[in-house]
Amino acid sequence: MAGKYVHQSILRLEDPELITGNVQFLDDIELPGMLHAAFKRSDYAHARIKSIDVSEARKLPGVIGVYTAEDFGDYIKPGPLQVPPPTAIKGATYVARTTMPIAKDKVRFAGEPVAIVIAESRYIAEDACDLIYVDYEPLEAVVDLEKALQPGSPLVHEDLPSNEAGHVRQERGSWEEAVKEADLVIKRKFFINRNAGAAMENRGIIVQWDKHAKQMTIWCGTQSVIALRNQTAARLGLFESQVRVITPNTGGGFGPKINTSLPDDVLITYLAMKLDRPIKWVEDRRENFLATTSERDQVHYCELAVKRDGTIVGLKDFFYHNTGAYNPYMMTVPLNSQTHTVTNYRVPNFLTEFYVVFTNQMIVTPVRGAGRQYGVFVMERMLDAAARELGMSPVEIRRKNLLPANAYPYYTSIIGQDFVEGVLDSGDYPTSFQKTLELIEYDKFVNEVQPKLRAQGKKVGIGVACFSEGTGVGPYEGARVTVGGNGKVVVTTGYTSQGQAHYTTFAQIVADQLGVDVKDVKVITGDTGYFGWGAGTFASRGITVAGTATHLAAQKVRQKALKLASKILEAPEEELELADGVVRVADIPSKFISLGDLANLANPMRGTMEPGAEPGLEAVAYYGPPYGATGAGAVGLIIEVDPETMQVSLEKMAFVHDCGTPVNPMVVDGQIHGGIQMGIGDAFYEELIYDENGQLVTASFMDYLFPQATDMPKKLVLGHMETPSPLNPLGIKGVGEAGAIPIPSVFVQAVENALQETGVEFDRDTLSPSRIFTYVQQAKGA
Amino acid sequence: MKPAPFEYYAPTSVEEALATLQSLGYDGKVLAGGQSLIPAMNFRMARPAALVDLNKVKELFYIKPTSDGGLAIGTMTRDSVVEKDPLVSERFPIVPYVVKHIAHPQIRNRGTFGGAIAHADPAAQIPALSVALQARFLVRKQGGERWVNAEDFFMGPFMTVLEPEEMLAEVVLPPMAKGSGASYQQVSRQKGGYAQAAVISVVVVDENKRCKDVRVVLFSVGETPILSQTARKILVGNVPTAEAIAEVAEKISKDEVDPGTDIHGTAEYRRHLVKVLVRRGLTEAFERAK
Ligand SMILES: Cc1cc2nc3c(=O)[nH]c(=O)nc-3n(C[C@H](O)[C@H](O)[C@H](O)COP(=O)(O)OP(=O)(O)OC[C@H]3O[C@@H](n4cnc5c(N)ncnc54)[C@H](O)[C@@H]3O)c2cc1C
Repeated sequence: MAGKYVHQSILRLEDPELITGNVQFLDDIELPGMLHAAFKRSDYAHARIKSIDVSEARKLPGVIGVYTAEDFGDYIKPGPLQVPPPTAIKGATYVARTTMPIAKDKVRFAGEPVAIVIAESRYIAEDACDLIYVDYEPLEAVVDLEKALQPGSPLVHEDLPSNEAGHVRQERGSWEEAVKEADLVIKRKFFINRNAGAAMENRGIIVQWDKHAKQMTIWCGTQSVIALRNQTAARLGLFESQVRVITPNTGGGFGPKINTSLPDDVLITYLAMKLDRPIKWVEDRRENFLATTSERDQVHYCELAVKRDGTIVGLKDFFYHNTGAYNPYMMTVPLNSQTHTVTNYRVPNFLTEFYVVFTNQMIVTPVRGAGRQYGVFVMERMLDAAARELGMSPVEIRRKNLLPANAYPYYTSIIGQDFVEGVLDSGDYPTSFQKTLELIEYDKFVNEVQPKLRAQGKKVGIGVACFSEGTGVGPYEGARVTVGGNGKVVVTTGYTSQGQAHYTTFAQIVADQLGVDVKDVKVITGDTGYFGWGAGTFASRGITVAGTATHLAAQKVRQKALKLASKILEAPEEELELADGVVRVADIPSKFISLGDLANLANPMRGTMEPGAEPGLEAVAYYGPPYGATGAGAVGLIIEVDPETMQVSLEKMAFVHDCGTPVNPMVVDGQIHGGIQMGIGDAFYEELIYDENGQLVTASFMDYLFPQATDMPKKLVLGHMETPSPLNPLGIKGVGEAGAIPIPSVFVQAVENALQETGVEFDRDTLSPSRIFTYVQQAKGA
Repeated sequence: MKPAPFEYYAPTSVEEALATLQSLGYDGKVLAGGQSLIPAMNFRMARPAALVDLNKVKELFYIKPTSDGGLAIGTMTRDSVVEKDPLVSERFPIVPYVVKHIAHPQIRNRGTFGGAIAHADPAAQIPALSVALQARFLVRKQGGERWVNAEDFFMGPFMTVLEPEEMLAEVVLPPMAKGSGASYQQVSRQKGGYAQAAVISVVVVDENKRCKDVRVVLFSVGETPILSQTARKILVGNVPTAEAIAEVAEKISKDEVDPGTDIHGTAEYRRHLVKVLVRRGLTEAFERAK
């Protein structure tokens, strides 16, 4: 669906200001009398707090206050669940142990705050932290996922009988029958490691309490202003209207910033009121690594039942999911992993089951991909293993099992993160796979290029992988579209932005409906002072859900404008058109009225208004899909491995994706590029490593390797498919996470292919050259 | 990530800097490019009571030819200046090539040649380069100075022979001998990242292509740059055949290095890298020497 703006690669409207530095980020904000906060964080992953001595810290000049759990009294309690439990899934069990704002009696992960200092400067606040003495009784840390569930394991939450945080089992058909029917059952174990969200800008918050107006203003680069406002108001006994949350320009979110009721917002809102001074806290990189939230590790035990011709008859997967010390986000991540193992290919029978496990590690909440890539990883790895054992090519086995183009809507029989059965609304997986093979020149590589290079002693390899991405889930988002007296348009939404180009794409949608120049549409996101409803920025749902709400609101305004103009121009609505900022009679272009004049007329200062009419050229609309729109695609990758050093060079990648209507194809490309880079991080570099005592040993960018521009493939070709989603009027599906999802799968497959003669098989992601070396040594030894 | 409190001095001459260091004793610490010291202070791993900032001491920024065909480099000369200096590439083509591997341009624009040496990071390029090139260091203190050979300068990880009141002032590189060739080989996880294993090889051959001298310096695989004795023993006086080079590589990786296991690589992998890199490096250096 194309319009003057929709489906066009216009340049990002927000870029000139960003590039010239004419914008404000959180740390740019300075308020008169502002104080600064720093946290004293636990050195231990698991310990009882015997005593905390803050007397010296309090004496330091410039320190306003030092507070431990005791000082907050009843205010300190576990925070609310950010996501409800999946009660829609039959038999699902769970316990909730949500985030403690500040440790009381016991610390449960290294980096958990035990005290907060408020001082005249951040420097002094950190000096004071050094003067706080905590007497700990160290306890054995729960680190290993599988051991955590064994009897006798130390307990993260001692009031619980075990470290089990939840259990979900979902099935279709009969695994037993599948096994009977199958010619071969393949068994594998996989380990999936833990990654950080690592936005360029860390978290941060500024809170100001106006005691005269009784108003609180919070500046915070949160992914959910509404949750932050509502939870703050509830906690402090305020009306929602007394709390305004504003997101300044924000340097990336990637998931962790969705969280609310973390120590910073809980404690700093309280202290800003108590001290009657604004307080700023900006997370530093070390704190971000230690104590924001990150993603999972998982251990999967998977079985795939196949016929001799490669047809899947069933899959059984059993996995453990690490949720860290608390589980405020319930099961979003493991549910995504679970659904994405069985939704891309036809799997007539499956039985998939997981346990969520508490450990003495940082809290786990979604990071871009949000667990989907691990479902995809498990399935893709199983297909590779099956292909190997059946003597088939990786391409053949995928072709055999991909959902056919006529399968939609496809009912997956599995309930996902939005608590409804997943339905694949539309798509054409075989064609996108085929397109990928063409772009990567699969046949030519395998038949000509590879043999030639291999003869020269070069270790070159190829991989192909498919993925789907459940996006744009409910519950809802909303938008208000207002035409001003100047004829320009303002869009406000409760959705928040962290760099995704919403200021451009939402404007494109509105400009098409109202016939205005896209530059005359101003988009305001993430400010509860303007729009007070919404859920948040997650699950690749911005353009699908908030974008659709914007579209619907613009349509309503369009109707209003037509109705009013019809009266004024004395022409039937059908004969009117909106273009160039005016409403005009199609055949008589000289007969027109500008949108600005219409907006003024729609807001009369005297006289009467028709019953039921609403003033202004303004409308609000909400949109909530019955279930998410599913994007999909495939990727091919050619790599070369140095056979001695095991350094991997990414020679060429072809990535084909389908997100329905791309509102701005350039922005879509950007999302894919960024996602791919994040996927490369996942596949090759990024790894949060905890030692056996639960200490994070990768708490800086010295140790936590992050993909650089120079780590991107030498050649990157994108291909596009457009099967519009029937779920929304523009036919959009989300794409925010797509790029990241299939990369670990394709990477390990390509490395395996390059080192084929060694017989090496990988059972994990994050393949450093040293790890590849070790696997190859083992394969040679075996 | 804010440093603990410290005093700050910004002398404008070497004399003033030395006097300040003398008066501060153990409390004083030189600030050069700050690319290692400032992060360490921000992590509060380093808590110097006072910094003596050399960035305003103009007389420490220079690259000068020496009459014998070598170079004298002032300690504060930025890495990026060394990297781009025509005289450096003419007399020591290996130097800019190695320096390019240090971190990223922003860091090389601030980081200093002498600062890297004084810092003595076992994974740093410049200390190893100075050992390979037989550099000599001018060390000064108030009312005195001494010369130290690069080989004798590094005592351990982040440890040198420098006393608190002393300052590294100048690095002198003696000229490369006739018939020499050099090579640099490193493996790092990413472009600009610290090496997991690296080797600088400098060889000299005679007219008959026999090896006259060989300096193989390994780093990031031990506590300081390691000058291989094995290479000398096996190669000097002989034609460096592929077999001889392979033997050297094998022996060095077995006997002369001591890499540890860390999160980016096992000791076994890094030892294996040493073998591969020494072989590649010596082969290349001898080719270039022809
Ligand atoms: C992201 C990043 C990546 C890096 N990657 C690499 C890399 O790959 N390879 C590499 O080798 N280095 C790397 N570095 C380190 C960088 O090269 C350092 O700057 C350098 O090692 C130290 O030089 P400096 O001038 O910055 O010294 P400073 O940080 O100012 O000082 C370092 C130490 O040396 C002492 N010192 C400095 N000058 C003198 C002097 N004249 N006399 C006595 N003592 C002195 C200081 O007191 C201090 O203890 C990296 C740094 C960063 C931030």
